[in-house]
This record gives sequence, C-alpha cells and structure tokens, in this order.
Amino acid sequence: MCASLILIPFISVLILNLPIKGMKRLAFGLAALLFLLQMVAVLIPDAAFWKINHSFCAGIFNFELGADILSKVVLFCIGMVSLVTLFSALTFVKDSDEKFNFINILLIAVCGMNAVAMAKDIFSLYVFLEVVAVSSFILIAFNRDMPGLEGAFKYIVLSGVATVLMIAGIALLVLIAGSTNFSLIHYMLIAQNKSLIVSLAIGLFIVALFIKSGLMPFHGWLPDVYTSAPAPASVLLAGIITKVAGVYALIRIVVSMLGFSASIQSILLFVGAVSVILGALAALTQSDFKRMLSYSSISQVGYIILGLGSGSVLGIAGAAFHIFNHASFKSLLFINSAAVESRLGSRDIDKMGGLAKQMPLTSLTSVIGSLSCAGIPPLAGFWSKLMIIIALWLVGFKGYAVIAVLGSILTLAYFLTLQRKVFFGKPSDEFKDIKEAGFSLMFPAIALAVLIVAAGLLAPWLLKGFILGFVPIIGG
Amino acid sequence: MVSGIFAVLLFAIGIYCILATHNLIRVLIGIEILIKGVTLLVIAAGLKSGNLGLAQALVITIIVIEVVIMTVAVGVVLGVHRLTGSLDARNIRKLKG
Amino acid sequence: MFLDILILILLVSAALWTVMCRSLLRSAIGLALTSAILTLMIFKMNAPLAAVFELSVCAGLIPVLFISVISLTQAMTKQEVIEHMKSRLARFWGLPLVIIILGLVLGLLSIKFKAKLPLSEVETDPRLVMWHLRQLDLLGQIIILFTGVFGVVVLFKERKKSG
Repeated sequence: MCASLILIPFISVLILNLPIKGMKRLAFGLAALLFLLQMVAVLIPDAAFWKINHSFCAGIFNFELGADILSKVVLFCIGMVSLVTLFSALTFVKDSDEKFNFINILLIAVCGMNAVAMAKDIFSLYVFLEVVAVSSFILIAFNRDMPGLEGAFKYIVLSGVATVLMIAGIALLVLIAGSTNFSLIHYMLIAQNKSLIVSLAIGLFIVALFIKSGLMPFHGWLPDVYTSAPAPASVLLAGIITKVAGVYALIRIVVSMLGFSASIQSILLFVGAVSVILGALAALTQSDFKRMLSYSSISQVGYIILGLGSGSVLGIAGAAFHIFNHASFKSLLFINSAAVESRLGSRDIDKMGGLAKQMPLTSLTSVIGSLSCAGIPPLAGFWSKLMIIIALWLVGFKGYAVIAVLGSILTLAYFLTLQRKVFFGKPSDEFKDIKEAGFSLMFPAIALAVLIVAAGLLAPWLLKGFILGFVPIIGG
Repeated sequence: MVSGIFAVLLFAIGIYCILATHNLIRVLIGIEILIKGVTLLVIAAGLKSGNLGLAQALVITIIVIEVVIMTVAVGVVLGVHRLTGSLDARNIRKLKG
Repeated sequence: MFLDILILILLVSAALWTVMCRSLLRSAIGLALTSAILTLMIFKMNAPLAAVFELSVCAGLIPVLFISVISLTQAMTKQEVIEHMKSRLARFWGLPLVIIILGLVLGLLSIKFKAKLPLSEVETDPRLVMWHLRQLDLLGQIIILFTGVFGVVVLFKERKKSG
C-alpha cells in the first residue's frame, strides 16, 4: 500500500525519539534497512506490497496516492541516494548526537520525497515539497558554519519565492477547476480552452518549478548551495532533492495535469537546451570540485527537461531513465569529492594531481561516474541520452537533438579536465601522504559504480518493457 | 477581481522588500508579505468560485507551513548572528552566483 | 464593495509602512498590523476559520518570533548602520508611487478573465473538508511540524566547541 512508504519512515522517526535506552544506536541500522527495503519494493513490481489493498488503512485514512512507473523510478532513486547519504554521514557527521539528528531529518526528508513521488493532488504535492524543502534547509545549515548558513539562507529565500508562485498557480487553478486533484484539473483544462487565467497559472507553475530545479535562468542559487552544504547534504541535494522537488514535480504536472501544448513544449525545450549548453560551458571554467559538479548538474537536468519537452513516450521514458542515471552518477561523483575532501581538506582541483596512485578506488569509481555522465557506451548514461536524442529527432526537433549531442561533447570535455587535474597528471607535493578514503565512503562509491555498469549492460534487454510502461501515462 | 489586483500589489511590495534591504530579518518580513499576498489570492479565488471550504483548508495548511519555514529561517539568522555578530545581508554575499 | 476597497487600501498602506519603516522593531509590529488588516479582509470574505488562524498565527506568533530574535541580536548599533538606516527613506521613497501607479494600471486594464466557473455543490465547511477530503495535507502538516522541531533542535542549540 502506497501510504506505507510515507507512514513507515514517519513512524520510525517517532519510534527513534522515544525515551528508551539504546534507541540512538538503532537509528543507523533502522534507516539503512528502510531505504534498502524501499529499493527492493520498487524492483519487485508484483509484490504483495503494492497490492495490499486498503483493508486496514482504508477505514481510517483516505489518502490519494498512486504509484505509476514514473513514481517508481523516482522512489527507487530516493531509496538509493538516501542510503548513500546515510553512509557518507558516518564519516562527515562527527558527534553521535548530531548523527542521530541527521538520520532523523534524513528520514523525514525521505518521507516527504516519497509523498511527492506518489501524490495525485497538486496541493498535497506542494505540502510535501515544503516538507522536503524545510528538511533540506536544516541539512544545509547542519554544521552551522558560515558557508552552510549562507547557502541555507539563499535557498530559503529562493524557495520562498518559488513557494509563493506555486500557491498563486494553485489558487488560479482552484478558481477554474474547483478542485486540486490532478485528473479533475486535467479535464477542466481540456474543457476550458485557452483562457488567460489558465495560461497565467501554467506560467506560474513552470517558473516556480524551474526555480526549484535550478534551470537557467533561475539557476543562481544552485552552485552556491551545493558547494557550501556539508558533504552528505550535498550528496542528498544533488542526487535526489533537486530532482524530486523540481524536475519530477514538473514532469508530473505537465504529464498528468497540464498536458502538452505547443507553448509549454517550446518553453521546456528552450530552457532545457540553454541549461545544457550554458551549464556545461560554466563547468569547464570552475576550479572548485563541487562547483564544477553543480554546474554539471544544471546541464544534466537540462537533458531531462529536453526529454520532457519532446512530448513523446520515448522522450519521457528517456527523461525518467536519465533521472535514475543522474541520481546514480552524480551521487557517485559527489561521494568521490567528499572522499577527496575528507582526506585532503581542500576542494581546489588546481592544487591536486596524481591522486590515482594514492586513492585508486576513488579514482576508478569517479572515472565510471564521469563516463556515464558523458554518455559513453556501454554505461547507463549512454542509453538515456540516446533515448532523449532519438526522441527529439523523431518528433522533429532536429536542432535540439544536435544541441543535445553538443552538450555531451562538452560534458566529456569538462570531465576529462577534472580527471586530468585531480587524479592523473603530476602528483602535487602538498598532498603526498594521502591514503584511500574510509570504508563508509568507499562502500557506497563501489556499490553505485557497480550499479551504473550493471544498468548499462542490462539496459538493451530491459528498455523495451521500460518504455512500454510509459504509454499509459502519456496516453491518458 | 479587485482583491486579485491588491494581491499582486502586495506581491510587488514583498519582492521589493527582499531585493532592497540589507538586513536579514527584513528579508524574512518581505517573504512574509509575499505569503500574505498569496493568501489573499487563495481566499479570493475560493470566494469567487464558491469553494470556500477548500480555500480555507488550503490557507490553514499554508499558515502552518509558513510558521515552520519562518522558524527555521530565524534559526539560520541566529546562526549567522552568532558567527558574525551582525545581521547585515552583505555578509551573505560572499558566495559568488 | 466600497468597504472592501477601503480595507484593501489600508492593507497595502500597512505593508508599505512595514517595508519602509526605519526601525526593525517597528517593521515587525507593522507586520503584525498588516496581518490584522488581512484578517479583517478575510473575515469579510466569509472565511472565518482562516481569519482566526491568520490572526493568531501571522499576527501573533510570527511577529513575536521576529521580535524575540530582534531583541536577542540587538543588532544595528554600529554607526555606519545607523547612517544606512537614515538613508532608508531616500532609498524607498519611490515605492509608494510605484505601487499606486501599478494599482491604477492593473485596475484600468480590467483584464477580462473568460472562465466558466464550475457549479458549486461542494462542501463549504473547512473543518469537514480538512478532515475528510484533505487527510494527506493533515499528515503533511504533522510531518512538517516535526521537521520544525528538529530544525529548532539543530539550529538553536549553542555549540560547545567552535568549528
């Protein structure tokens, strides 16, 4: 039953906070188990889990939740990235009381993200977007150091503006449709046909979600916030929060509520293309490891939006697959940067060099992550980018397809620069006695790398079923 | 929809407040004014479409969310004050966009 | 109708005063005042429950929160900051003009919104709406309150050791 994905993390938070001895040590294991179970539950589509129908809960609760294939992709990514964040928190969050708080807030964030992934009502989507946003404010400011607090404040202001725009859009939709349910609004919009309020509402939503996704021209907050947040928070933010709170919400409301009109498509395509190119160009010039990764995130999210803008089943399936890919390779790269940062104490890539000898596992996994991001076969990133490019070509947006390919080349360029400067090249004197990072950072890195390779190798067989799963979403 | 126009005015005041101030608390007051504008809009929309029950439910939820956001924001501002001793927003401009 | 416009003009003026006010403390009180006038407006629009919430929370809780932070930080005693505040009026003088002009322009445009409004045979008691129709939102509210509690625990505690 879908509601359990929301209720179980929440009840765990309640249980963990009971004044019983030894609860605090349970926290890590409990959270890890929950995230693992979430991933497993998604992978077994016919499990009894999804079919346990409302017998117990229906009497008491009446939640409007639904999990189609798009939601399931996102739910899997949520479980995956949260597990990775949990492990990285072991290294970076020192004090055991702080660890406990971190795990609790992480559980609440996961709770919120699961609800966003499964919501079928625009206002509930908004409420849980706020839950995710507030948890991320706390996580960004977790270390209470100046960069973290600055980043948190900037994010609060921008998120506040996006919030207000979204509520304004919801208000206009309530005016027209009298309800906040996706399907009801969809039918009302079909019946309405081109009124000014509708366009205004759509515009407000799109701007609000562009701000939350960090797309150009509203990307200003993203590099600052990603760089200044503590390492585990950066992994969570870049890996899943921006995607669930921004990109997935956008896909969901365009697909299930607004429908594809020509103007929406052109805005999506244009903004996506601009983000791809400008994000990649900006990443080329960065000298801070995390900042380069943030601009790369902007660029990759642009790909997802291009896939959405194509409006075809292939494009949206490609976009969903790219959500999974970006979650996996970006989390991997941020874990690598956390590993480097934890051993070296610095993020300046111009000062690094030749780390491949000293940190072999980090270097190998980062190569896998970089190649997947650049879309090199046979890794997973290649398939999702191929799907998006083919979808754009087939629907007729040939120019955008070319831009997407160009973006891939730029991506390869900046990642080669990164690899050369950090892991290969002359070893620098400053960082001579560096050892490999600890287990809690290496284990998720290796696991993610294996996942990326496996997904890439298995993709050709699984893709057809995956794409077909999207037909009911688009058609309906 | 007269209220709609005034909601937009409130929105404009809020945005101006956020942009033109050098004090962190005033930025939060600006966000508050934005939220008030949008609350007015929701109630007006509910009134016009006859859906006041839903509109009020939405507004109540929004108010609860707003309180929590403000609490966390105040926590961040207090943190900044502890570290720098002032509430000047120019201290926040260190990170480049 | 005329009363409506009067209250709305009062609302916008209160907001303007809040923003343009020199002292931070007065701005927080101005926020409370703005919320109170908004409460009046919402009450007049036949939404009593929302008005009560708005009054108690936005005109009570939040200004108290701000005022306690302002007193805790007791900022703005340095000379340059006082100078900056004196220049406040100069920086903000254009705002009321802009607002009035914007209001007139929007009013004169009288944008015709062509929209077929749905028949309303809907539940009008917000309490029933919340309890029966919007349970997910209630769950969301509970969760976000918990998040707020954790936020307070994490952010408001003094750190024993620095760095």
